[in-house]
Amino acid sequence: MHHFIDRRQNPKGKSLGNRQRFLRRVRGRVKEMVDKSVRDRSIRDNSAKGLEGGERVTIPTKGIKEPRFILSGDTGARDRVLPGNKEFIVGDSFKRPQGGSGEGGRKASEDGEGEDQFSFTLTRDEYLDLLFDGLELPDLAKKNVVETETVGRRRAGLTTSGTPSNLNLVRTMRNSLGRRLALRRPSLSAMEKLRDEIEALEEIKAPSPQEIALLEELRDKLARMERKRKIVGYIDPLDLRFDTHVPEVVRNSKAVVFCLMDVSGSMQEREKDLAKRFFILLHLFLERRYKRTDIVFIRHTHLAQEVDEETFFYAKESGGTIVSTALEKMHEVILDRYPTDEWNIYGAQASDGDNFGSDSDKCKSLLNEKLLPICQYYAYVEIAPVDQDGSLPPGARGADLWETYREVQGDWPNFQMRHVAHPAQIYPVFRGLFAPGKKAARKGVSA
Amino acid sequence: MTETATASAPLFNGPDWTFELLGTVHDAIEEIALNELGLDVYPNQIEIISSEQMLDAYSCVGLPLMYQHWSFGKHFVRDETYYRKGLTGLAYEIVINSNPCISYNMEENSMAMQTLVMAHAAFGHNHFFKNNYLFRDWTDASGIHDYLAFAKNFVARCEERYGVDEVEAILDAAHALRDQGVFRYGRPPRPTSQELQAMQQRRDEHASQQSVLDLWTDSTMGVAEDTEDTHLQARQIRQEDLNLPQENLLYFLEKNSPTLQPWQREIVRIVRFLAQYLYPQKQTKVMNEGCATFVHYYIVNRLYEKGLITQGALMEILHSHTSVVMQPDFNDPRFSGLNPYALGFAMMQDIRRICEEPTDEDREWFPEIAGHSDWKAVLREAWSNYRDESFILQFLSPHLIRKFKLFVLTDDTKHPELVVSQIHNASGYRRIRQVLAQSYDIAQVEPDIQVVDVDLKGDRELKLCHNIQDGIQLDQTGCAEVLKHVKQLWGYEVSLKGRDHSSDTVAYELSTKPS
Repeated sequence: MHHFIDRRQNPKGKSLGNRQRFLRRVRGRVKEMVDKSVRDRSIRDNSAKGLEGGERVTIPTKGIKEPRFILSGDTGARDRVLPGNKEFIVGDSFKRPQGGSGEGGRKASEDGEGEDQFSFTLTRDEYLDLLFDGLELPDLAKKNVVETETVGRRRAGLTTSGTPSNLNLVRTMRNSLGRRLALRRPSLSAMEKLRDEIEALEEIKAPSPQEIALLEELRDKLARMERKRKIVGYIDPLDLRFDTHVPEVVRNSKAVVFCLMDVSGSMQEREKDLAKRFFILLHLFLERRYKRTDIVFIRHTHLAQEVDEETFFYAKESGGTIVSTALEKMHEVILDRYPTDEWNIYGAQASDGDNFGSDSDKCKSLLNEKLLPICQYYAYVEIAPVDQDGSLPPGARGADLWETYREVQGDWPNFQMRHVAHPAQIYPVFRGLFAPGKKAARKGVSA
Repeated sequence: MTETATASAPLFNGPDWTFELLGTVHDAIEEIALNELGLDVYPNQIEIISSEQMLDAYSCVGLPLMYQHWSFGKHFVRDETYYRKGLTGLAYEIVINSNPCISYNMEENSMAMQTLVMAHAAFGHNHFFKNNYLFRDWTDASGIHDYLAFAKNFVARCEERYGVDEVEAILDAAHALRDQGVFRYGRPPRPTSQELQAMQQRRDEHASQQSVLDLWTDSTMGVAEDTEDTHLQARQIRQEDLNLPQENLLYFLEKNSPTLQPWQREIVRIVRFLAQYLYPQKQTKVMNEGCATFVHYYIVNRLYEKGLITQGALMEILHSHTSVVMQPDFNDPRFSGLNPYALGFAMMQDIRRICEEPTDEDREWFPEIAGHSDWKAVLREAWSNYRDESFILQFLSPHLIRKFKLFVLTDDTKHPELVVSQIHNASGYRRIRQVLAQSYDIAQVEPDIQVVDVDLKGDRELKLCHNIQDGIQLDQTGCAEVLKHVKQLWGYEVSLKGRDHSSDTVAYELSTKPS
């Protein structure tokens, strides 16, 4: 009378819905914590992989309390029974212990909600979702619309006609079975049985009249069955069902993001670290939001190289500083691989603002003439010296490159620049750069 | 499995379990449980689940199906965090009061543990669920699954139709009143379908009459004179109409709230129904666990005596058994109240002892059962007819009080010091027993809050009254929040009065009205 069931294969995460509802409820607070954590320390050790395991957040229990009517522990009089008396005799008295120790289970509030803090672990996806909540690549899909539209196919239910390759077997057989049952198509086994009976009768040497009559009747029945089987086919054209697909326009905006970083000698550990943090954030954001976004990493000293992600973030390099090489490299790559009529091009550059001699002017002209006309958006982040405690507003005095770029900014609304001095500023700056609604009214793309 | 098994080879050797093995062991346990202990159980359905599924089950108050609500998600992430940190282990099993009786066993359990768990849950708890009067009278074991499925789907449909936020608001409010959503003293008789029809008909007629006549009633014409006497009378009439005072707040709100939509009423009903379903478990923690622990202890020992389990398996089982029934002393850092397993198990063992080897003291205290020839029958009868409070009041022996070295600590907040008022000596036994029994009386542990009055034709303010006992007031922090939740369900203002009956004074007053 026992009955064992193996439930281990049942889907896990039965309470996923509950978890989502819980997160929805605490979203505001969790978001605060996530923002804080990313300011304080996350994106730690320059490692995008540091986030693999998700993020632990602690939120105040306020807002997720489940209030009940509970008797208070500090009013009135009560008697308690406790175990383990060793030395007390009746009449012994002592001070009320602080903090409720030894007060027994009754006072411990239900399910441990006495704590002020409630901590749990967000999954990586949940964390990044919150981190990049509401951010957009500005001005995506601006390019020639035709180029970014491809025609895909989408399933669109079932039809009664189609090519054999699209035959939906399950549905077809289901219909067939239903029809056969409804029309009482004789089954093969029933016919076999009948045939056996007939054979048995036929084998009788001298059949009695009843048996002859029975034989006749059975033969008749068999004939009827055979006829019926012919009329009610196993599969009828009526049963056929075909999968259909309809063409669907898929708008895939092809976008490429160029990450340009100065890795020259003037970039100390701190500057590099800040720049990397910025790019890691950018990288995570792009990876998450845009499945079809290409990312090109270019690092430069007095020479520019296109490198892979690993090298970009982790390899060491030193040398002089010529910013224009990176811009040239970027232009080169664009000409080479990313035809501007197909790709939306974004640039992000990080540097400490040092540049070689008159190279800044060259940069300016490169930007003005070659890059900005074809870029959707170009963001420049300058790592400010350490004593600067606030992020300078754009327009304030900065390093060499900053001054030059300021002139560029005046002409090009799709060009943005920011200062960063502390790890804590990276995230706000990042949000500032990618907050939606920043409609960069571009000009000169008509070319 | 018959007596031929005596001195036979052990059923299993080693920690791994298989479904066949579980079946064999189940049958061996069943043999002992039914034929030796005379247990009477629902058919068993034992499900093997993974630790993650166990966490899932935890968060939904141990029920196999549950509607979705954020609080379950919260419990889940908390339990998960604790579990991952290693702060808490998971239970070896969860058992559900249903017919067939479903128990969940963890796949991580070794074969010895599975044996223990089956004896404990599938027979101990199962017998208790089927036989204890509280469960028999108050819960519907065969219908619970269908009801849970209905509840889950209903809430999901409402979420689809009215939005998650709307549903959440109602559920939050109803959850806040879960403890006040049960009938403590009597189940209202369930009307039959004919009665229901008749009631509906009457209501419809009444409603159609009302719409016509309301204009001409006294209340609208304002005939009655406004005197103290009429006030009192009107109040009495109101109370009679609404069947006040009412201790079941959720029931009252569900039936009488002027603003709840039908679907909202149904959700309140679902919460109330589940609270009521779980209420007997709250009242029988000691007995339920005591019964199950006693049963598993008896069964595994018998299995060992019959040679069906190895010494190693018995050791493993006993190791886990002893840690379950451990009772730390009051000044031990691990102490968190009396352990229901420990107390329950000790009491069951003690009853057996009183039957088998009574002392003179036992004869004096328990004349009915001391030396009783059939201790199994005595236990079965106790399991059927008591709840924690009455069970302790009836069966806690001086022997056990001495064993546990129980003492009573009087905590009067008016005095700066705690006083030891009783210890385990002749003059203290009865009082200790009484105090301990009381502490398992839900009516003592939870505040007594009732709906006392509401003037549906007037301002419709819902008046609640908390009957203060021993001067113990409500914990103020959550109180205002809960009142807001009541207001959400009631739709109009709500006030709560704390009345101390010993001195007949109002200790405090709270209201949702902006002051």
